[in-house]
Amino acid sequence: MAEKTESKAPGAEIDAEGARDLYRRMRLIRTFEDTVQQQFQKGNVHGTTHLYSGQEASGVGVCSMLREGDKVAGTYRGHGHSIALGVDPQKLMDEMFGRATGACGGRAGSMNVVDLEQGLIGCFGIVGGSIGAATGAALAAKLRGTGNVAVAFFGDGTSNQAYFHESLNWAQVERLPVVFVCENNLYMEFTPIENVTAGAIGSRPMAMGIHTRQVDGNDVFAVREAAGEAIEHARSGAGPAFLETMTYRFVGHSRSDPGKYRKPGELDEWKKRDPLILGRKALEERYGIEPERLDEIDADVAKELQEIVERGLAAPFPDPADGGKEFKA
Amino acid sequence: MSDATETLEYRVAIREAIAAEMERDETVVFFGEDVAVAGGVFAVTPGLYERFGERVIDTPISELAMSAGAFGAAVTGLRPIFEIMFADFLLLAMDSLVNQAAKYWYVSNEQGSCPLVVRAAMGAGGNFGAMHSQSPIPWLQGVPGLKVVAPATAGDAKALLRAAIRDDNPVAFLEHKRLYSVKDPVGAGDPEVLPLGKAAVVREGTDVTLVSISKGVRDCLRAADELAERGVGAEVVDVRSLRPLDTETILASVAKTNRMVVVEEGPLIGGWGANLLGIIAAEGLHDLDDAWTIACPETPIPYSPTLEDPFMPDEGKIVHAVASRLGVAAEIATGA
Repeated sequence: MAEKTESKAPGAEIDAEGARDLYRRMRLIRTFEDTVQQQFQKGNVHGTTHLYSGQEASGVGVCSMLREGDKVAGTYRGHGHSIALGVDPQKLMDEMFGRATGACGGRAGSMNVVDLEQGLIGCFGIVGGSIGAATGAALAAKLRGTGNVAVAFFGDGTSNQAYFHESLNWAQVERLPVVFVCENNLYMEFTPIENVTAGAIGSRPMAMGIHTRQVDGNDVFAVREAAGEAIEHARSGAGPAFLETMTYRFVGHSRSDPGKYRKPGELDEWKKRDPLILGRKALEERYGIEPERLDEIDADVAKELQEIVERGLAAPFPDPADGGKEFKA
Repeated sequence: MSDATETLEYRVAIREAIAAEMERDETVVFFGEDVAVAGGVFAVTPGLYERFGERVIDTPISELAMSAGAFGAAVTGLRPIFEIMFADFLLLAMDSLVNQAAKYWYVSNEQGSCPLVVRAAMGAGGNFGAMHSQSPIPWLQGVPGLKVVAPATAGDAKALLRAAIRDDNPVAFLEHKRLYSVKDPVGAGDPEVLPLGKAAVVREGTDVTLVSISKGVRDCLRAADELAERGVGAEVVDVRSLRPLDTETILASVAKTNRMVVVEEGPLIGGWGANLLGIIAAEGLHDLDDAWTIACPETPIPYSPTLEDPFMPDEGKIVHAVASRLGVAAEIATGA
């Protein structure tokens, strides 16, 4: 298994206000995803969706350690990556609704969101795409000397893709400033990951000499600390870092999946370790924040999402007469 | 074109284009298998690594990582050129090229574009066998957002590659293996860049329009010489780019000659030639008396010279097909 070293990442310490922000962002993702689910059932969200519910601490912890100019490549389960990075939830919801006001004007939908202003070079609808893209962004960062890093989010199933093996190898050979974040939610779609994967995922980057670490992916503070260390490693010029965040998704793989393959009791066990429950506990115990204050955040976010839906459903659809241009002139 | 002052080898033209653009723009980088220290298996890029250092990179045999790396770098400020050694290997790079690079401008709602160039050596005629001889054009042409360019001459190679590197969109730049050693006249006053998506009438004629790309254009020109001796005036159009596709130039030519022959190195079914005929027929049927495609048999490309040589379209096949279809075969047979 991946090494579990104790380390202190510079800047991983956080004050009460920062800790509250982490919690708020996780809550925002959860409520956003619950809302997407409801709106899907009402017919306002189209196609398919892959929800991030249960994995919030991974994306929020990692993105909270990034700085201006860093790049992120997310996955088709990318609403969480997007919000964690700072994409406006209104634009994201409008994109789900297929509206002209969406993050990509309704051209992308749930799986392919891009927000260059926020450093989101893309969410990739095909498994593994994020790894290759982030590796390329890291190549650009290195050759341009920007001092930035690129982060690739991907799931455990991606560890069996060509993108994974080819890009990890190239990134290590070229010592590229990229952080590979494997969000291990234990299932490759409907199949337990161990049924289709030889050996431990973390042993693969380790075999290439890549700095590798596994972390509790439901503890946002632990993720933040480990991500800080991984990012620092990559930024220093020492080459890529690999972070495996152990987590669990609370919903099906996609909207059509009832999750019948789960082991009995597994979901309930993981729900006890809900990143939001762990987050609340930490905020109460470490920062002395009263539960009522956290309830207020929850209520605030719920209200925000309500307003987002109202505005989103009132927003215009894209004009079919504007077919767009094939090429940039 | 201006007066020819020197001759330029096709592979050198490509090297000079890369060097000139790397000189001109420091965001241009170049990578591929064996391209840096070794200078490339077709000896196209010697000297670039020595001149540009870390901007010229030897990669692992990882076509997908290369393609995706180019994509990621292109959307974050570089202008990567990468080499796929044999165009057949493009299939390993296709997910990133087709699903990421080609769609980026449109799907991102025009937030950003993807200025990359993928160079690849294509084509048969070298006895490389079925997996090192194919034309990737039919795989690439049907992808909106991806430009597909294949130059026929050294001068075009240089000017079109320079334009491809400056273009803000992904461009597949295809180099026929049989052209690397050809030398063409170039003039000091030739344009630095040629527009992508503009066909060229490279020989004028009134009886039939021969349309091709890359090596096929040279076959057509030789065929046109022979046809002229037999009293057939063949106009030759080099399409140069298959996406965007300049149908205007072809329609104008067909309006003059009323006959169109597409010469394609590849299968007829699913090929660019049959597709082009369809487009021209839909828009210019009133101008057409006859139209057909000269393509390859519907099998993989064979290895043995006795199989591969007749597999390919060449000037002999073009002359024979045009002469017999135009009814001049009998005259030739009788020596009339």
